Amino acid sequence: MFRFLPASNGVKYCSISLFIFWTGMLMPELSVAQTDSLKANVLKEVEIKQKRRSTQNLSPTPLQILNGKELKNLNALSVADAIRYFSGVQMKDYGGIGGLKTINVRSMGTNHTAVFYDGVQLGNAQNGQVDLGKYSLDNIEEISLYSGQKSDLLMPAKAFASASSLYLKTIVPTFEADQNRNFRVALKTGSFGLIDPSVTYNQQLGSRLALSLNAELINANGKYNYRYTNGVYDTTVVRRNADIFAKRIEGGLYGTTSDSSKWQIKLYNYNSERGVPGAIVANKFDFTQRQWDDNFFVQSSFETQTNRKLQFLVNAKYAYDFTRYLDPDRVSIFGALDNRYSQQEFYLSLASLYHFTQFWDLSLSTDYTYQQLDANLENFAYPERQTGLIALATKFSWPRFNIQGNVLATLVNDQVKSNIPAGDKTEYTPTVMASWQPFAKNNLRLRAFYKSIFRMPTFNDLYYTFIGNSKLNPEYTSQYDLGFTYSKSFEGNKLNHISLQTDVYYSDVRDKIVAIPTLTLFRWTMLNLGKVEVKGLETSLQSHWNFDQLNIVAKANYTYERALDVTPASELFGQQIPYIPVNSASFTLASDYQNFGLSYSYIYTGERYSQKANIPVNYVEPWYTHDLAIRYSFNASK
Amino acid sequence: MKNSTTVKMLMLFGLSTVLWSCRKDKSVTPEEQVQLPGQGVTAVNGLYILNEGNFGSNKASLDYYDYATGVYRRNLYGAANPSVTLGLGDVGNDIKIYGSKLYVVVNGSNKLEILDVKSTKKLAQVDIPNCRYVAFYKNKAYVTSYDGYVGVIDTASFKIDTKITVGRQPEDLAVVGDKLYVANSGGYSSSDYERTISVINLTTNLESKRIDVAINLNRLKADQYGDLYVTSRGDYYNIKSNLYVVDTKTDAVKKKFDIEASTFTLDKDFAYIISTAWSNVTMSTVVSYSKINVKDEIVVAGGFIKDGSEKDIVMPYGIAVDPISSDIYLTDAKDYVSPGALYCFDKTGKKKFSVVTGDVPAHLVFYTK
Repeated sequence: MFRFLPASNGVKYCSISLFIFWTGMLMPELSVAQTDSLKANVLKEVEIKQKRRSTQNLSPTPLQILNGKELKNLNALSVADAIRYFSGVQMKDYGGIGGLKTINVRSMGTNHTAVFYDGVQLGNAQNGQVDLGKYSLDNIEEISLYSGQKSDLLMPAKAFASASSLYLKTIVPTFEADQNRNFRVALKTGSFGLIDPSVTYNQQLGSRLALSLNAELINANGKYNYRYTNGVYDTTVVRRNADIFAKRIEGGLYGTTSDSSKWQIKLYNYNSERGVPGAIVANKFDFTQRQWDDNFFVQSSFETQTNRKLQFLVNAKYAYDFTRYLDPDRVSIFGALDNRYSQQEFYLSLASLYHFTQFWDLSLSTDYTYQQLDANLENFAYPERQTGLIALATKFSWPRFNIQGNVLATLVNDQVKSNIPAGDKTEYTPTVMASWQPFAKNNLRLRAFYKSIFRMPTFNDLYYTFIGNSKLNPEYTSQYDLGFTYSKSFEGNKLNHISLQTDVYYSDVRDKIVAIPTLTLFRWTMLNLGKVEVKGLETSLQSHWNFDQLNIVAKANYTYERALDVTPASELFGQQIPYIPVNSASFTLASDYQNFGLSYSYIYTGERYSQKANIPVNYVEPWYTHDLAIRYSFNASK
Repeated sequence: MKNSTTVKMLMLFGLSTVLWSCRKDKSVTPEEQVQLPGQGVTAVNGLYILNEGNFGSNKASLDYYDYATGVYRRNLYGAANPSVTLGLGDVGNDIKIYGSKLYVVVNGSNKLEILDVKSTKKLAQVDIPNCRYVAFYKNKAYVTSYDGYVGVIDTASFKIDTKITVGRQPEDLAVVGDKLYVANSGGYSSSDYERTISVINLTTNLESKRIDVAINLNRLKADQYGDLYVTSRGDYYNIKSNLYVVDTKTDAVKKKFDIEASTFTLDKDFAYIISTAWSNVTMSTVVSYSKINVKDEIVVAGGFIKDGSEKDIVMPYGIAVDPISSDIYLTDAKDYVSPGALYCFDKTGKKKFSVVTGDVPAHLVFYTK
């Protein structure tokens, strides 16, 4: 019938009782290099580890990082698979290898998390959501998630403009001394009929320029068995129309100027065709809906060297996104439903940072974005949006105490070819954050932040034919967070490092944009109706162990969260919002012994409800996953 | 240290298992009961309430209000038919009784369910894609399908005898004499809605003509005087919903009421109409209740709820009137994603009780002796 599904209408897969899949990967890496480069790599890894520990320890906002080897150990294909290991995070997953996967941090909603790809935000003016299932881990070096925002000052204004930020950093080519190229191929296979080959080529072009090319194919039939049972019936069916064929190609040029400033240009293209398996409902096992995507962008950044009094960071981007949705079952006088959407985005950002004194910095960031959406829908509005962001930020920092604050001004202008445009909007929102080390000899740091921000209604919210409501206001959030970080190293001990971070938080979402029905079940509109209050606790403990040649890293995360619907006059006032568990946890254990690696990971998601009413028919059982991966690597020189 | 080519090899093998909780045994969603005031012994045994459940949620469910005991029972179908995979299914769109059987049209699950009217145990299932409404004539069930036809099903063998081609996306249907009237919507083509009723000759099972009424027709019922009442949904922009009367003797439109109508029911000389009209001006739903005298074809002033309790009703969605007592049963779909409510009013429009139902309570049928 009507394709639009309201936000609370996630697909239920609660009846699967056991499901096993496997992956296999073969990855030869060729490089023209010195034979003793292994030692250098080990040293570099230690360096990265130490730098990361100190970043996490010092951050006034909760920061979670997965990088390098950790990502490889997770037995994960896409960024979405990896993010499940973060605390305070829910993945909204429509299931299967090609299903939409979006991140929801601290239950504020998908649209409140900005996703940055090499420092530039991935935009989607149409629905504000980034499908993290599309981003392969093949070319990702690091994933970091900031609740609140990153505490840097020299960053684009967009980095100040969302309730939380996810940064994806691609692999920057590195070369050993005397080495000027390397080449990597990888082949992954697995369940769902998965075949996933990739190839990477890195080339040094002179002393200040490097080129990187990376390409990947993903092909899977998406078929898997699933089982329904209520104790009386027990039915096993094969999930169909969940196939995917995707091509991704990325190219990057990385340069350094004579004064040590850095610049890069990146080209990205992702192209896919997939089946869209519908909701699992009685008596319906075949689906015919198809979707095609084409995502292209080119982005460039330039950053001056770090030791200058006045620093600059410039970013620019052009993006084109195309989606086609075909529903052969829904036939009108024009034939099968065949919706096509295309979006364009131009983006320019200039950020500057001035070091007044040793302890006082001031920055000003200005961003301009132009976004436009075309669709072959009847009575379509053809919206265009211009967004100006100005962030003024300052930071005072001493070794044991730092405090920073910023004000963000947002100016939005929408124009439409038909129907009514949303009015111009101007909003000012503040953020304050601080970190304090109370004892000089102890690595304990206390931290706190307050952030007020909003998300603009998307083009779909405002202008979608029949549904859109151009009178919508932005959806506001306020966040309060109080926490601590602690870390300690034990030289020469079997347990050589532990770190702990714990935060309690309160946030609310006001004027929440929700879909409500108008005339019938198939006619909805968007209204600023909901209010959600979130109270939670996140904690993460990490330990590093060393037994001669055996290294073990163990990491445990736990989240407790009450995310309550507090919409005034709602009959469901005070009930947990859909798909948010009160308890969730993850545990990972990675070990290395000579050339072998063994890793185990576990995710637990507690009981939830699939709809707003917390009643038995909406109950979703707890579920958990166990992952086990064995790795073997060796060098073969010739 | 001289240059050489290094080949680093990495092999990885991973296994994942996804487990759903084993802490609780899987169980059938139980029936729930609520004690309400009884209605005493009348010719009516009780009232079946079909809850649609939001599209894609597979939450269609069946409730029953027992007149003699006053017990309101929720989730009847699941409890009576625990062995039916995934239960009643997705979007219950119509419910009718014919003989000793209960017929349930489940739109999103593409099926007509046939149950024993007393026990609600499943007897048979007929698959019809995108099915909408059901009517009966001489031991045949007639079911509209959005694929543009009416399926004719034998009520003894439960097989589809034939398919009668009608307009695009047909909705409600009604039998008058030996003619079947089908409201065509054309709802998939908003630039070119259908605007006709298909008239089917039940002796030949062929469409004999079409009656031009208005765009996007939806609900259709016959009164005791041989007139058809039919709603038009309008275009959701400038053309509002409306209510028309068609004379089945002449097969022509005889009256346009110029009142907004979403759905309605007929009882003896009265039609009870509810309307939930979306206004793009106020960005809110305007709810209205009206009553029509079908004998004289005039609007009865003041609607049918007289005690002010309509202020509690968010989204009136289904309506039925007891054929004996003329008590009015009205459902509230609320926000469509949480449990709704059933209201009972006496014939003077005074509220008797209300009770929590399944999600999107919509279609009602009286089980009579």
